[in-house]
Order: sequence, then structure tokens, then C-alpha cells
Amino acid sequence: MRIPRVFALFVAFVAAGLCLASADEAGLRQTIAKFATAKDFKATEAVVRELAATGDPAVEPVLLALAEGNLFVRKADAAVFVGKEAGQTVTLLDPLTGEKAGEAQKADIAKVKVNNGLRRVIRDLLGGLTLGSADPATRLAAADTMFRTPDAANIEALDAAIERETVASVKTRFEQARAASILVSDRSDEEKIAAIAVVEARGDRDALSLLTAVAARTEGTVRDAAESAIAQMGARLALWAAGQNVWYGISLGSVLLLAAIGLAITFGVMGVINMAHGEMVMLGAYTTYVVQNVIRTSFPGLFDWSLAFALPLAFLVAAAVGLAIERGIIRFLYGRPLETLLATWGVSLILQQSVRTIFGPTNREVGNPSWMSGGFDLGQMALTWNRFWIVLFALGVFAVLLYVMKRTPWGLQMRAVTANRRMAASMGIRTPWVDALTFALGSGIAGIAGVALSQIDNVSPNLGQGYIIDSFMVVVFGGVGNLWGTLVGAMSLGILNKFLEPYAGAVLGKILVLVLIILFIQKRPRGLFALKGRAVEA
Amino acid sequence: MITGRFFASGADRRVLATILVLLAAAVLVPVLNLAVPQTSMFHVPTFMVALVGKYLCYAMLALALDLVWGYCGILSLGHGAFFALGGYAMGMYLMRQIGDRGVYGNPILPDFMVFLNWKELPWFWYGFDQFWFAALMVVLVPGALAFAFGWFAFRSRVTGVYLSIITQALTYALLLAFFRNDMGFGGNNGLTDFKDILGFNVQAGSTRSALFAASAVALALAVYVTWRIVGSKFGKLMISVRDAESRTRFLGWRPENIKLFAFTVSAVMAGIAGALFVPQVGIINPGEFDPSNSIEVVVWTAVGGRGTIVGPIIGALLVNTGKSYFTGALPDLWLFALGGLFVCVTLFLPRGVLGLWDQLRERSERRRTEADAPPPGDAPAIVRATPPAQAEPRGLGAATPEPQPAE
Repeated sequence: MRIPRVFALFVAFVAAGLCLASADEAGLRQTIAKFATAKDFKATEAVVRELAATGDPAVEPVLLALAEGNLFVRKADAAVFVGKEAGQTVTLLDPLTGEKAGEAQKADIAKVKVNNGLRRVIRDLLGGLTLGSADPATRLAAADTMFRTPDAANIEALDAAIERETVASVKTRFEQARAASILVSDRSDEEKIAAIAVVEARGDRDALSLLTAVAARTEGTVRDAAESAIAQMGARLALWAAGQNVWYGISLGSVLLLAAIGLAITFGVMGVINMAHGEMVMLGAYTTYVVQNVIRTSFPGLFDWSLAFALPLAFLVAAAVGLAIERGIIRFLYGRPLETLLATWGVSLILQQSVRTIFGPTNREVGNPSWMSGGFDLGQMALTWNRFWIVLFALGVFAVLLYVMKRTPWGLQMRAVTANRRMAASMGIRTPWVDALTFALGSGIAGIAGVALSQIDNVSPNLGQGYIIDSFMVVVFGGVGNLWGTLVGAMSLGILNKFLEPYAGAVLGKILVLVLIILFIQKRPRGLFALKGRAVEA
Repeated sequence: MITGRFFASGADRRVLATILVLLAAAVLVPVLNLAVPQTSMFHVPTFMVALVGKYLCYAMLALALDLVWGYCGILSLGHGAFFALGGYAMGMYLMRQIGDRGVYGNPILPDFMVFLNWKELPWFWYGFDQFWFAALMVVLVPGALAFAFGWFAFRSRVTGVYLSIITQALTYALLLAFFRNDMGFGGNNGLTDFKDILGFNVQAGSTRSALFAASAVALALAVYVTWRIVGSKFGKLMISVRDAESRTRFLGWRPENIKLFAFTVSAVMAGIAGALFVPQVGIINPGEFDPSNSIEVVVWTAVGGRGTIVGPIIGALLVNTGKSYFTGALPDLWLFALGGLFVCVTLFLPRGVLGLWDQLRERSERRRTEADAPPPGDAPAIVRATPPAQAEPRGLGAATPEPQPAE
């Protein structure tokens, strides 16, 4: 019977571990209790050093509380607590666990006194303590804190840490922190110039502000070195900032692409502007909301997969509504594009009000799955996962559509109808079917765009309205009947918008883009990628 | 053939009747409001005067849209912009009239400028303390914008849905611009808290009646001007541009100039409507630029019957009365009703209620003539004008409606 034996061994281990931990804790508590008997700053410092010497991260809160003057001794039994003051009463917390341990009147407790010398000692010791932490992330954070608030006193601790360090990335950070500390110390100019090179290699905004401070403070060769480093870093940072702007632009562009591409297809094939297109996007977003609600209440474990379920459903819902609109209304208005525009506007009002009646006028909460929350850094650029996935998703949708249009029989029929409806009909293509299915496809794509937008925008009945004019601009700018036009149009409008924003502000930037498009239409009334043909407008 | 309708005596009589009704209302309503005691059943309450005055301004806006859409084939989804610009010009005058009676008591600067810590009046506010200048701007600003916009758009032959979308973008851009506080037009809150106009208190019943009379007279004037334009040779050109733009061009006319003229006149009309609207409602804010407002104007025109002069007025009055009723009694249903109106009018009433009326009358007339007439064969076939709102045949033999790919 092996299993009971293994189990017994395990229990023994756990018990031993617990004993060890409690023994450790008891020792710490004994040391902490000495604060009560320390009569002057010197004695307190001795206790502080003793605590730090244990190298146990658990002492950190006590030391921090002491430095901030929040460490108290209860007069009755000389017990030491971390306290939170609130008026005349103080909430007492256990110094190690941080649990609540009662309350006391101010008169019943005494503050452990602290001065600047002691604070400094505590800070240095704490720095050393975290630099020696077992967790690389804590060490990294400690190094970054030291880099941002450099202090010549840290150099020794950093030197020692660099000796010990085995993780290359953490070591680099330590070296940068050390270089920053050297720059504020009174070491020789040669060492400082070498340090500037190390700081420059780091190349982020913190490094730039540090060097700017150094250049302002020093003179001679150090100053020259700092200034040349600043110039080089400035250029590099400007490049990164431009890169970040391009990313924002691509991100906006991909949202526009998702919203506009369905519109471009229906407009290209049928010459019909669907003013209810934005409402299809909204329907997709609400489908996501409903799917997430069902998952939350019935299958909470599947929440990360909610979008995978929402995508096909949103496509189907929006496509079905689109098909109904085409068969029920638009079919009767062919050849009268302006009337179609009005009728679909009416449909959009009805859809909005229906959703408002069913789901209420307020924003609905749609959650991000875990793999879409948070972000990551790429060089000096900050990227968020949800935007990142949406860009990929938009490009994926684009690729699939391109495939459908260029490689499937249905796509061939759509293109034939776009190029010459009569001739296509003569060749046996059922143009009414192509119309209906194209409209359903365009609406369905708007639906899945809604799934994506629900991740970054408020899900409200007005969701679609915000995108409709922008999508039209994309279609008009890119030209109809060509998917590449929509891609280029969406991306260039997105990037242009984001580049104008810093100079002109968000609103004025948008206005400028609109005016530019109006002017652009003068030059190329059919957009960037105009369909070539011999047709003359009747 | 198509223009025949407009010279038929029926249409003429209708326009004359409208002008007479409007002029009569301009005299009667103020009298019934001011001179008749409140207890009398003929008394018109002041709120009613203000409400109907507002509707008359809307009717004028709808008429302006009809001039470009019904007669020239330009579906502008941005006419609310011209309306709002005229309103802002009037609002600026009213703002300057407040003088030192504002909350902050600054004799020169309007309240919102004091609030935003502005030190002096921006240059574009100069002159608005004079009524004549403001009145000039009411006409000039929308007119100039429409001229510049139309100049670019029509010359490069932006037509159809493209033009509609661009006009929508125009009003959207203006909406965003006027929402900005830095623009110097009161930002979000717009211009409000007016005290008096030409020395008369804006709130007073007599001023309201006078404004009502002014709106009615202005609308009558607009009807007359539209009627004259449409009935002239130029009006025929406008209709020919609407029905067959390329053909008109091939015949040697310049469709872009014709459209530009119609568009500019229409914008000026909309601007005047806006200027009359603002003192009656007491506020102008950027919400007036909202694209959905402009589209609503289109449905007024469509409901009444586009391509007719009286139709848009009837449409504006009908829809707005309905809106006042619905938003009061059944606020949740209003958008359903409006949306349904858009769909039904485009599907079933392409010529509006006026067109429906005409159709019914024609039918009954035909029945009567058929009863009286000699057996068929001898009688000349009655050639009916093509209803302007119906699909214009595109190309030869396009009998069934068929989608047109975007050009």
C-alpha cells in the first residue's frame, strides 16, 4: 500500500513546514516586540537592522509602517502594532499578517519615534531586502524604483546584487539602476560618462528625464555626454512615438474596416446605401451580450469561449435581419437609391427603438475574456491585447472575404453582377438571389464586427450610429466594388486621424479628416480604387 | 410632359390658396391671441402661437429641401446645417442684445465667454449688435457655405448617394465643430437666455405673435419665390436636371450651375427659417446640426409629397403635430412611428399625401369621364404626367425596378 505511505510523508512535510514557518514567525515577533523597549533612535535602528538581517520579506510592512510613523506600542501590554489613524481612535493591525487586531484610543498607545536618519536606513535596507528577493519580478520592480529615484547610497547594495544576479534581464536593470545612482553620486567624470552610456542604452522616457536632469545639473564633459545622449534618445523616442501612433491608427483603422467592409460589399454590388448598417453592428454586440449572459448563468467555465460562440450567432442574427430587410423593403426600391437610403434609415430607427425597449436604454456590460484583457510592451510601445486581437480579427475577416469574392462561385457571381447586371442575368445568374445573399452577407459581417466592437466600446442602442458616418467615409474614400480600396481607405483614415489628433485635438482632427475627404472627392469622385467601366450615369 | 403638372391650373390654385391662408393666419392668429379675451372660445393661447410658429419655420425648411430634392434631384441630408447656421447668426444678435443683464453682468461679453475666461470679443462676433448685420449674416453665411460646397461638389459631378453622404458629413463636421468650446459659439450649451429682439421682450405675448406673423409671411414669401422659380424657364431646367442630367448636359446646358443656384437659394431659405426659429424657441445649440435632424426634414418633405410646393408644408405640419403628440403621450412609440413613416412613405406613398390625394381625385374624375365619354377608341388617350417621385427610367426599356451597381 504505497498511497497511504506517500500521504503520510506528505502530511509530515506539511507539518514540518508549518512548524518551521511558525518558528520563523515567532522569532520575528520577538524581534518586533523589542521596538517597545527601544528607548532612543539608536536602539530602534539596532532593531531595524536585526529585522532586515533576517532577509525575510515579511518584515517589509513593519519597516514601511515605521518609516511612515505608523508603528504603535500599546501601553498596557507593550505589544507592537501597525496602526491606521482615524480621528481619536486608531485601528490596530497585526504587524506581520496585517490582520485587524482591535482598536485603541490615541491616549492608550505610543508611537514608535522615527527621524530622517532612521528613515534613510530603513529605505536602504528595504531596497537591499527586495533586491535579494527570490522572485525575479520583485527584484525587477525594485531595480526600476531605484532607477527612478536614484540615490548614491544604493550603489553598494546594487553592486552586491549585480554580483549575485543570475537572470540576465534583471542584471541589466540592476546595472541601469546603478548607473543612475552613479550619476547622482560624486564619483569621477569617467565613471559618470560610462554610466550615461548605460542609461542611454535603456532608451525609455525615464532614462530621458534622468539624463535631462543630469545635463541641467552638471558641467563640462559629463554635460556634453549627457546632451548628445539626450539628442540621440530623443530621435529614437520620437520614432517610437510615431510607431505608437501608427499602431493606434491601425487599431482605429481595423475597427473602421470591420464596420465598413459589409457596407462596401452591398454598396458595390447593389448601389444601395444601407443606413441600418450600424444597427447590424449593434445587433451583433447585443448578441454577444446575450451569449455572455447565458454562459455566465449556465456554463461559467466556458466564459473565455464566449466570443467563439457569439461570432457565428451574431453573423446569423444580423444576416437574418439583413435578409428580411432586403426581401421585405429594399427589393421594391431598386433603381431608387435615394429612397432606399430613407427607408433603411427608418429601419434603423425601428431597430434602435426595439433594442431600447427590450434591453433598456443604458449601456450593457460585456466582459473581456481573460485572453483579451491586459496588455504588453513592444519596445517603447504599449499594446493592449483586445486591440491587438481586433486588428488580427479584422485582417482575418478581410482575408476570408477576399477569398469568398475571388475564389468561390458565389463571389464570381457577385463580381459579375457588379460589373454588368444585365449581362450577368443573361448568362443565367439569378441576380435577385445574388442581391439577397449579398445583402445578408454584408449584414452578417456587420454583426461579427459588433462582436469585436463590444470588446472596446459601450454596448448601447446608439452603438451603430457612431460608426455609420465614418464607415461611409471609408467606403467613399476607398472606392466601391474593390475590397482593397476599403482596406486602404480604412487604414489611411485611421492613421491620418491619429496623426492629426496630437496637433489638432480629437474633434478638430476628425473635422479635418472630413474636410479632406470632401476635398478628395472633388479630385476622385469615385474614390481611390474606382471601378473602371464604360457606363455613363443615365 | 413632366412639367405639365406644374402649369395645370390645379397646382396654381393650390399655391395661391396656400399663400392666402398663410397671410390670413399672419393677421388672424395674433388678433385672436391678443385682442380676444382668454375666456372666449376663439382665443388662441400663447403656447399655441409659439408652437405653430415653430412648425411654420420647419415647414419653410422642408420647402427649402423640396426645392433641391423635389425639383432638382439633389437629396441633401445636411439641410439642418443651413437652418442651424441661420439660427446661430440670429442667436448671436440676441446674445449681444442681452448686454449687461447677463448673470455676470458683462456689457460686451456673453455669459459663456466670461465663464470661459475670455478677455475680449472674438472678431467674428463684431457687428452682431446691429440687427441689419445679423440679418445679412443669416442670409450670407448659409448661402456662402452652400455656394462653396456646391461649387466643389457639383463641378466634380458628385451625384446621387455620394452627394447625400457628403452633405451628411458636412453637417456632422459642423456638429463636432460647434460642440467645441474654443469655437466661441457657446459649445455644448449653445446660445440661450435671450432677453429682447429689436427692443421688444422675447417672452412677451405680443412679440411672440409678431414672430408668428413674421414666420407666416416669410413662409408665404418662400412659397411665392419657389413657385416663381419652378414655373420659370429655369425651373424647367432644374426638372430636366433631375430627370436626365446627362441629357441636359448633352443639350448644351450646364447642370452644375443650375444645381448650384438651386442649392444656394435653398440654403438661404433654410437659413432664414432658422433665424425665425431661434427667437421663438429661445435656444440654439449644436444639437440642431445632428444628421438625424436633417434626415427628419427629408421625411417631412416626403410625407407631404416632394416635387410639389404645398406638399412639404403639409408634411412638416403633419409630422411635427404627430411628433408633439407622440412624444407627449407615448414617448416610447415615437421612434417606431417615425421609422415606420420612413418605410411606408418610400414604399407606398412615393408622391406623399398630396400625390395620394391627386391620385384619388384623378381616379374619380376618370370614372366620371368614362361614364360620360363616347365608347373607347375615339377618345384621345389621356396622357398623364409621369409622377416625378417614381423611378426615372434608367436606360432603355428598364421596366422593372432593378438594382444599379454603384458607379
